[in-house]
Amino acid sequence: MSDADFSLWVYLSRTPLLWLTVTLLSYVVADRISAALRRHPLANPMLIAVVLTAGVLFATGTPYRTYFEGAQFVHFLIGPATVALAVPLYRNRRTVLRAILPMGAALLAGSLAAMGSALLIAKALGVPGPVLASLAPKSVTAGIAMGIAEGLGGDPALAAVLVILTGAIGAVTVTPLMEALRMTDMRARGFAAGLAAHGLGTARAFHVNPVAGTFAGIAMALNALLSAILAPLVLRALL
Amino acid sequence: MIPGAALILLCQLLGEALVHGTGWPLPGPVVGMVFLLVLLLGNDLLADPVDTRFVTGPADGLLVNLAFLFVPAGVGVVNRLDVLAAHWLGLAVALVVSTLIGLAVTVLVFVGVARLGQRGEAA
Repeated sequence: MSDADFSLWVYLSRTPLLWLTVTLLSYVVADRISAALRRHPLANPMLIAVVLTAGVLFATGTPYRTYFEGAQFVHFLIGPATVALAVPLYRNRRTVLRAILPMGAALLAGSLAAMGSALLIAKALGVPGPVLASLAPKSVTAGIAMGIAEGLGGDPALAAVLVILTGAIGAVTVTPLMEALRMTDMRARGFAAGLAAHGLGTARAFHVNPVAGTFAGIAMALNALLSAILAPLVLRALL
Repeated sequence: MIPGAALILLCQLLGEALVHGTGWPLPGPVVGMVFLLVLLLGNDLLADPVDTRFVTGPADGLLVNLAFLFVPAGVGVVNRLDVLAAHWLGLAVALVVSTLIGLAVTVLVFVGVARLGQRGEAA
């Protein structure tokens, strides 16, 4: 690289433009790859985009902090997107009200079961406290899970990774598990997918059945709300 | 698009202000979501004086691209490979088993309570 090339690189790598562009292009390529693999649950566009972007950072020796100075403008939009979850909740208000009792009971039981079993198993296998704080919100949609983990003294970035892994596991296992349990109520199946596996479970539920997808979206929003309240209490009770 | 974006940000801002002012253990955007839901429901109760499409349009736009917004956070894994390597077994078992337990408990409780409700209506 000549001096002129190098000074151009130094200039570009210090503006948000370069890393915003890399983030967007990674996602465009990742989405193409996912489509080419016929949207297989494991070919998650977000996961592929993360691998591609991380590869660019690695190849150019760019520290994550430098990358995030540009990418923070995308990251910021998670907050407004969380507020926007009010819209599908509002649209489905009548469906929600009709099934309010089963949903309320399933929400409380499922949220406690998913969070409590994860913490108990990890603790028994020697995972230390700060990592457990990042694990507690693993069934919650990533943006909110990061906020919950931060509030518990955990690590938001680690929480996001554990959330994505949970979503992938849930999206792959939900249909075979529901068939094995002989569950035919699509409202209940969708609700479980959204509660245990947030957005990735919701995407999977929409793929199976529109009613399942609607209930998955509702479960995702409600569990985000409930987990924010439950996580500090459960973590304190179990540690 | 601008008025809708402004309302969404305003809800989030009020949520953050309330959370920081009161010390509640809730994320500000979740409280903001409740504010927006209350506004939409209030509008519905008053027989829709406001056409809510100005805010539902931008909201749908954000939610359609929800997965993309998590890429910068996900790339943070490059700084966390050491933690994952150190505790991979515990985390892997905990994630797989707890996800299956969460799915099973949720669907069984939902179906069980729904059946009780139907029986109550029939009686």
